[in-house]
Amino acid sequence: MEFFERFAVPHPSPLIYASMVAIGLVVIAIIAGITYFKKWGYLWDEWLTTVDHKRIGIMYIISALLMLFRGGADAVMMRFQTSMPENTFLDAQHYNEVFTTHGIVMIFFMAMPFIIGLMNFVVPLQIGARDVAFPRLNALSFWLFFAGAMLFNISFVVGGSPDAGWTNYYPLASNEFSPSVGVNYYNWALQISGIGTLMSGINFVVTILKMRAPGMKLMKMPMFTWSALITNIIIVFAFPVLTIALLMGTFDRQFGTNFFTSVNGGMDMMWANLFWIWGHPEVYILILPAFGIYSEIISTFSQRNLYGYTSMVGSMVIISLLSFLVWVHHFFTMGHGALTNSIFSITTMAIAVPTGIKIFNWLLTMWRGKITFTVPMLYSVAFIPLFTIGGVTGVMLAMASADYQYHNTMFLVAHFHNVIIPGVVFAVLAGFTYWWPKMFGFLLNERIGKWAFWNLAIGFCFAFFPMYITGLDGQARRMYTYSEATGFGPLNMLSFFGAGLMAIGFVLIVYNVYYSFRYAPRNVGDDPWNARSLEWATHNPVPEYNFAVTPEVKSSQAFWDQKKHGHSLFNKEYEEIHMPNKSGVPFIMGGLFFVFGFSFVFSIWIGVILSLLAIFACMTYRSFEQDHGYHIPVKEIKETEEKFGGADK
Amino acid sequence: MKLKMLILSLVFTIAVVLTGCEPVLVLDPQGPQAETTANVIWLSIATMAIIVIVVMTLLAIVLFKYRASKQSDDYEPPHIEGNHIVEGIIIGIPVLIVIFLSIVSVTSTYKVEAPPEGYEDQEPLVIYASSSNWKWHFSYPEEDIETVNYVFIPTNRPIEFKLYSFGPITSFWIPQLAGQKYAMADMVTTLHLAADNPGEYMGRNANFSGEGFAENIFNVTALPQDEFDQWVEDIHATANPITEDTFNELLEPGHLGQLTFTGTHLDFSPAPEGEHAGHDHGSSESEKEQEDHSEHGEH
Repeated sequence: MEFFERFAVPHPSPLIYASMVAIGLVVIAIIAGITYFKKWGYLWDEWLTTVDHKRIGIMYIISALLMLFRGGADAVMMRFQTSMPENTFLDAQHYNEVFTTHGIVMIFFMAMPFIIGLMNFVVPLQIGARDVAFPRLNALSFWLFFAGAMLFNISFVVGGSPDAGWTNYYPLASNEFSPSVGVNYYNWALQISGIGTLMSGINFVVTILKMRAPGMKLMKMPMFTWSALITNIIIVFAFPVLTIALLMGTFDRQFGTNFFTSVNGGMDMMWANLFWIWGHPEVYILILPAFGIYSEIISTFSQRNLYGYTSMVGSMVIISLLSFLVWVHHFFTMGHGALTNSIFSITTMAIAVPTGIKIFNWLLTMWRGKITFTVPMLYSVAFIPLFTIGGVTGVMLAMASADYQYHNTMFLVAHFHNVIIPGVVFAVLAGFTYWWPKMFGFLLNERIGKWAFWNLAIGFCFAFFPMYITGLDGQARRMYTYSEATGFGPLNMLSFFGAGLMAIGFVLIVYNVYYSFRYAPRNVGDDPWNARSLEWATHNPVPEYNFAVTPEVKSSQAFWDQKKHGHSLFNKEYEEIHMPNKSGVPFIMGGLFFVFGFSFVFSIWIGVILSLLAIFACMTYRSFEQDHGYHIPVKEIKETEEKFGGADK
Repeated sequence: MKLKMLILSLVFTIAVVLTGCEPVLVLDPQGPQAETTANVIWLSIATMAIIVIVVMTLLAIVLFKYRASKQSDDYEPPHIEGNHIVEGIIIGIPVLIVIFLSIVSVTSTYKVEAPPEGYEDQEPLVIYASSSNWKWHFSYPEEDIETVNYVFIPTNRPIEFKLYSFGPITSFWIPQLAGQKYAMADMVTTLHLAADNPGEYMGRNANFSGEGFAENIFNVTALPQDEFDQWVEDIHATANPITEDTFNELLEPGHLGQLTFTGTHLDFSPAPEGEHAGHDHGSSESEKEQEDHSEHGEH
């Protein structure tokens, strides 16, 4: 029995038991459903073993949406707990677990996969490629992310959640102050999904550099592809730091080393430095693709070319360089003295310049345009003022002396939600709506979409603007309760109201997916938005080979030029198309990594060794496997193209 | 768009009305350091408000003027690559703003990291403030007294808080007197401040440090020098001395009320500075000290 005791939750409550039951019931329902509808074969053949970048992209997005609801439930619980002084809905320990998982789930398992999912789906199409450079590696990236996400999510019911904040500062995260296995889960869930992300980064850099359609010079790439290229270069440089830092944390917690301890020459501040050397570039890994999405959408719905293409690219390059030079601003208050803080204060504020250029370029893109307010455009239009407010409060935080007063307060919480929600979340929702017809061949309902948008935008203002004020009034972040005398009550109640509106907005988005699947008209054609870039030159939904004929490109808005200036994109005859084979190995490796991570979390060494051996066996198998892919014959391409009604495309 | 502006202004109005009764703590400074930061905050709010208003106005004009429903069906938006003058302006003006704010940031940072303005020639009162889960211990080496969870300081005199921690990283914060600074286990950081007016101020740990974090607060009382001296005398007359055993009991995780002792724990458990610092690897003295520290960890 002793063996099983370690899996018990250290701080059980009715809420956790209820979740256990709910998780169990959902799993049973899913298994029963798939069995009843006889979908196991379909699931295995079409999804679990796929190496198609489009399907992998869709799986990333579905996972991200699921995680959005997990993180969102955490958020609503936190806002409810703090909506009234001395509220007893959650106790301190649970509140700590909830805000820790909220941060980790939203950053690692919602925002990252949503962004990477959109990149997966869109980038190969935008550059006229048939897939990414390493399709099977891409599948492995996804399954590693998925294994990490699942590992993190079971921590809630098996062994206990991490409770040291998403920043996981040592010595708070050490065995002494965080004795449950929660932080082990943190280390391994992030490690496994982080390795997946690193592989994605390499994959996309190679894809974009090597697999562009003929004629697509670097400076003729669509802006989203540019943002993806720069983002993935940042990933390749930043993620190894996280990998090593997590490994050092694991060694400290499980093998008794002293990297981050405050005794025996260890240094707790080193974790903070390493974490943010990865963590600040991570912020730009999220926001740069969002900038790319907005650039595509604003240009499309203003019916104008993107203003200042060169300066858009240049500003992203500058942001990516500066993103590695600002990490100290996350702990100005650590006491490095005025000189260090001044230097990092200036580098931080410098980022406002390239960001400002982008804001003005978007405004100038709309200038003299012909603006239609579709759902994706509404998100983009709301993004500009809201992100500007988030950006300027960032400049305020960058002023080191003033940061001594904002640091660790609700002002900071307001600021980063003010950039991440209108910046990243609105962007992925806009991109999701914008590229939806490319994925499924029909549009999401505009009316429900607009309702969702207004709930989110208004809810956001109510939820986060009051925090700026309570922060300046001395409300520190991560406080599970406060006394009535502080006077924080009414503004926190307002925040809870806003969180409620946002929750309604997210539910409406899911309802919209359901509604549109059932009722949306299917004959929207291949170009429902009157768009400009190459991904719209193929069919909706996209056939598995993407383009029947490799396109030849002359500008960054190749499809627009074909429509308006008679550039011809597809000049060649049909030829056989070489495609990669499906493979179950990435899925199996994901499962093995899950076992490996789980065993490591609980220090079950036999499980660690066996799963590691099996992982190496999979890699060896891959090394000796003869797999040359398969060819789609011309006849089949012709049939598919005729089915879409455009054999001449 | 109008609707959104309306909502925005509504939110701000509600927020202002709700807090209108008294100014928020950070913007109600009671000492020179907090006043410096409050001035920087007001200045940056003003500068940033201009930027936000400009962007919002431009956006409103563009959206109003160039929306499709206002234009004829055959209007074809032009192809515009960019313009060097326009790009010069949208780069130049932000650069100027950033330079201006950088100067403000650097000068004010040097100011709050130094002894408070106007108090440079006075000898500062040194107070060691150390945190343990989830309490604050204040040691007055000169006065030879120690308090828990409350601190008395004389007004119109520079105070030098020496900060360190017996556990997780904490952040020492008295919003109305000065900004935060971390307290860490293996080094001592210094926070300079001074109180202009007598009064009671809220102080707290602002950095998440585990279960008891929310209640990790302390009370600050600023009072004139003669009353402060009287207070010190009273303590010497009435309080018990602090011993290593009582102090180790105090370090146990939990919450305590306000306590007062004569003597300081620094005598038997020195702060991690100088030869006692966690990173002073050279001397054999420091190794001895590290052993002491690991003992504390086990208590």
